[in-house]
Amino acid sequence: MTDTNMQKQTLREWLMTDTPTSRRHAKFAALYSGWLTLKSNSMAMIGLGILLLLVLIAAAAPLLAPMDPFVQNLGNRLQPPGTEGHLLGTDSLGRDILSRMIYGSRITLYIVALVALIAPIVGLLVGTVAGYTGGWIDTILMRITDIFLAFPRLVLALAFVAALGAGIENAVLAISLTAWPPYARIARAETLTIRNSDYIAAIKLQGARAGRIITRHIWPLCISSLIVRVTLDMAGVILAAAGLGFLGLGAQPPSPEWGAMIAEGRRFILDHWWVATMPGLAIFTVSLAFNLLGDGLRDVLDPKEGGHS
Amino acid sequence: MKPIKNIMAGVVMSFAATLAAAPVVAETPANMLVIANRIDDITTLDPAESFEFAGSDVSRNIYGKLVNFDPMNLDAGYGPDLAASWTVSEDGKTITFTMREGVKFASGNPVRAEDAAWSLQRAVILNKTPSFILTQFGFTADNAKDMIKAEGNTVSITTDKRYATSFVLNCLTATIGGILDKEEVMKHEVDGDMGNTWLKTNTAGSGAYTLVSWKPNESVTLKSNPNFYLGEPAMKRVVVKHVAESSTQRLMLERGDIDVARDLNPDDVAGLAGADGVAIDSALRGRIMYISVNQKHPELSKPEVRQAIKYLVDYEGMQNSFLKGQYVIHQNFLPATYLGAIEDQPFSLNIEKAKELLAAAGVSNLTITAGVREAQERLEIAQSLQNTFAQAGITLNLTVGTGKQILTKYRARELDMYIGAWGPDYPDPHTNAGTFAYNPDNSDEAQATGLLAWRNAWDTDGLTEKVAAAVVEGDRDVRKGMYEEIQREFLQKAPFAILFQKVEQTGRRENVQNLNLGGAITAVSYWPVTK
Amino acid sequence: MAVVENNGNGRRKSPFSSSAFATVLKTLGSVIVTMLGLTFVTFIIGRVMPIDPVISIVGERASRETYEAAYQAMGLDKPILVQFAYYIWDVLHGDFGMSLLNARPVAEDIKRVFPATLELATIGTFFGVVLGVPLGVIAAVKRGTWIDQVARVVALVGYSMPIFWLGLMGLLVFYGILGWVGGPGRVGIFYEDIVPTVTGMILIDSIISNNWDVFWNAVSHIILPSSILGYYSMAYISRMTRSFMLEQMSAEYITTARVKGLPERTVVWRHAFGNIKVQLITVIALSYANLLEGAVLTETIFAWPGIGQYITTALLSADMNAVLGGTVVVGLIFVLLNIFSDLLYRFFDPRAAK
Repeated sequence: MTDTNMQKQTLREWLMTDTPTSRRHAKFAALYSGWLTLKSNSMAMIGLGILLLLVLIAAAAPLLAPMDPFVQNLGNRLQPPGTEGHLLGTDSLGRDILSRMIYGSRITLYIVALVALIAPIVGLLVGTVAGYTGGWIDTILMRITDIFLAFPRLVLALAFVAALGAGIENAVLAISLTAWPPYARIARAETLTIRNSDYIAAIKLQGARAGRIITRHIWPLCISSLIVRVTLDMAGVILAAAGLGFLGLGAQPPSPEWGAMIAEGRRFILDHWWVATMPGLAIFTVSLAFNLLGDGLRDVLDPKEGGHS
Repeated sequence: MKPIKNIMAGVVMSFAATLAAAPVVAETPANMLVIANRIDDITTLDPAESFEFAGSDVSRNIYGKLVNFDPMNLDAGYGPDLAASWTVSEDGKTITFTMREGVKFASGNPVRAEDAAWSLQRAVILNKTPSFILTQFGFTADNAKDMIKAEGNTVSITTDKRYATSFVLNCLTATIGGILDKEEVMKHEVDGDMGNTWLKTNTAGSGAYTLVSWKPNESVTLKSNPNFYLGEPAMKRVVVKHVAESSTQRLMLERGDIDVARDLNPDDVAGLAGADGVAIDSALRGRIMYISVNQKHPELSKPEVRQAIKYLVDYEGMQNSFLKGQYVIHQNFLPATYLGAIEDQPFSLNIEKAKELLAAAGVSNLTITAGVREAQERLEIAQSLQNTFAQAGITLNLTVGTGKQILTKYRARELDMYIGAWGPDYPDPHTNAGTFAYNPDNSDEAQATGLLAWRNAWDTDGLTEKVAAAVVEGDRDVRKGMYEEIQREFLQKAPFAILFQKVEQTGRRENVQNLNLGGAITAVSYWPVTK
Repeated sequence: MAVVENNGNGRRKSPFSSSAFATVLKTLGSVIVTMLGLTFVTFIIGRVMPIDPVISIVGERASRETYEAAYQAMGLDKPILVQFAYYIWDVLHGDFGMSLLNARPVAEDIKRVFPATLELATIGTFFGVVLGVPLGVIAAVKRGTWIDQVARVVALVGYSMPIFWLGLMGLLVFYGILGWVGGPGRVGIFYEDIVPTVTGMILIDSIISNNWDVFWNAVSHIILPSSILGYYSMAYISRMTRSFMLEQMSAEYITTARVKGLPERTVVWRHAFGNIKVQLITVIALSYANLLEGAVLTETIFAWPGIGQYITTALLSADMNAVLGGTVVVGLIFVLLNIFSDLLYRFFDPRAAK
């Protein structure tokens, strides 16, 4: 059926249809209309562009980096930006800052991707189960959430890293550990409003079990607000990693993680400002991109605004 | 290069100039000394327990000792302090001190032989961490009162064996040798603790200063002791402020809000060059930076590999770049200025030689993990080592952690390699010889965690006996020769590569005079300071 | 206990007060559970950390016997649950134990360091609110214009420039070069220990003792670090304000109000802003709580002896009594602020009450 339809229409018409022919068709149509809204938001597109560029840079790092990010030259340390061969200068061990930043984009992406996967999913799981089942399960899960919320975040992260050893994977886990409770709260609140809707009641009558209802019917409805929240939180995640790096608990030397680079450059900030400032600008740019994209996505996905403004 | 380098400051400067608001540099009062320093390592002020850098700085200015160093003439070695003179018995085992007349504690109580004997007995009986400095002479809680005795105006100390007199007296100049005001301390005794709880945060000495307040991680304030037997010092008040950041210390010094900045990093020292009214002092200290490899490791225990590692360190490169001015190359375990210290430097970066040695040992594709604590200079040394090791085909991974964390692993013999520092405990060659080259029982059960040789599972290849012999040698020149020989052997055999000795660079306002940090042998002295 | 029994045995009063009472009990119960959980987790953390707390006390050169003696004295040889029970017992008696590192009661330490953080966080939050709220409202009203974009960039700089970068640059410019503000530390050396400690907050203590020299000196020291924290807090508050405002501005009642011809200012401030007040309070409380955790990095750079530095130092040397004490206090404040904003919520928005 769909195949023959497709041959008659252009892809665009198929996606723009008001009368979808199947569930999947409807889904694609909705996605496409969301994309059109997003596309019309030039700021969001700039954000997306920067992030795509970041992915490209990370993928092509060996091709783009002018030098080996690990090669030291003690005789050529702390050179200012614009020095021959070092567009952004060199650091304390004479390594090329530009090359390190290019390679560092891989680590930044890695951190961002992992945290964005772990924290919201844990939060979603806890929040929806708590909200849907209610009763003592809700009480227990929410008390646990409260405990984690009330923890001084740094204590939790530091303790975690101290217990498992410093390193980028543990830093990511530690950040996720401190980041999930707000997501759980949001997911629970959303679940509470959805739970009593007629729609869920109808599915229940069909005899669907709780697990199926949560995964198939509640999750999809919560996910949009979580995605928005995640993109807005990304800047914070990058900086949290930088903060752990600052305390020596993030990426291990000689890894060119941006936060670690800033931490290293802190000592020279009064005389050799670029060592800390360059990676700082990189973090700023990426945060800005995530934030612009997040604002755009919010307009598209947040049902409360329904895409109009 | 310069113009771009200072672009930031330049922009701000011109901004300031247009506002014509050039601020007046502040100044501290003429009879007050304000010092910025990291003092978060102070855990107690009790001389029987205190064992940290910042703690010994405080202690030295508060407690008099039987023998002590003259800050204006450190090279002279120990001299009389609360003891005016001393004699050594025929058999060399008993030293009898005659107390100086008319000296008073800050409380007004006279300093008696009784106080001196009690203070030393107390340190032995309390058995806190630094007590080994005294107990190595055979004192125990049971015999302390017999071995250390007050009689009239004299105190006699009897050791279990004959030791070099200089060794015994040098140990008495350590913080643990501080003489307490017994009457005052015993007023505050709780549950038979000999005043330990009270003395952690209070003081009762006869030195140049008394404690006004110690706020942890914030400040230590001292005021002059009018009863000080050398005369009340010129600086009536000394404030040591805890300022962790080098950049912050530098700005405060430039502004004149402090008189002395003690934790400037090399780049801030360079930045201060030419600043108005600021001078930089460099003083050689006793701290040694070293790397060591665990002898439990099958490859690292091969003599050729140990040797190869010593050729894989870019000594010159580090000394002249990120360590500039604050560490000098030093390859022997005794710090320069110690009895028996030697200046031999047989090793330098030599990748080819290292490769030959590794090939001779049949080692290739070696991967090892080094523990290093989270401190910038150590991380940079570690990264430089990563770089040079890689050139000889050794992959060096780093485990970075807080000082306590890495130390816990090191003491449990769990690290392949350790990058760290060691400071002498008392100004006698035995302090370092007794830890780097002395390990009577290398078994895991011995748990001799205080000995660096044990931590690296090194049986010392026969040096243990030589160290034991050197410490009881009475003749100074013979003893000196023994340490020189031990170090030359150590250089070739040991799983330790000694890298650098610390130079402390201090920024001070130019009007501050006669501030002596204590060299390699003791702590800072505030009493000779004038402005 | 007595109160509960009263409720059980006494005559049933009006349904309202009984439900209010139940709410209070429930809230109290959840606070207790949360605090107990928090303490227990911290306690466990202290035990699993691979830092030997004994070494922190005795130092790295201690002999075997010294080590063993300290180990026993710290009660580390007892089972962990027993240790925990002892600890809770002591805390209930107001005793947080002794700091292993500086040999003083933890309660005394917290009394000293917490006011420093409180002072800093309060002024920081004040700056954050005063600047952040208007910025957020304007950004929402002028959505998509350059004003919105500038507000976004200003806020994001606050978000993404590491705080020590801002701190050190601020010190260099305003203290080092211009000399407009006091340097690191809470007051100048000559002003230290002059006013008697009442609240521990120098600004308030100096007012109490009517010593305006100290007051102005303290102001000159606090202005820079609190502005920097305030900037960070402003970034967060303005983003959230913008987001809340946008939600309101697209609501139907706003359109209605506009159609009715109400002046734009009334529409924005009276109607839209009036409706986000409650949400805003929650956000501000959260941001305040975050600053009260203590900004370790800011405190380090400005040599500010606050609770953030205290907990971190303690944690890194496994001084678990100090970490526990600090965590309990910070956690309690967080929970209390939460309850406070919950109450406001109920007060302003009856629909939220279940």
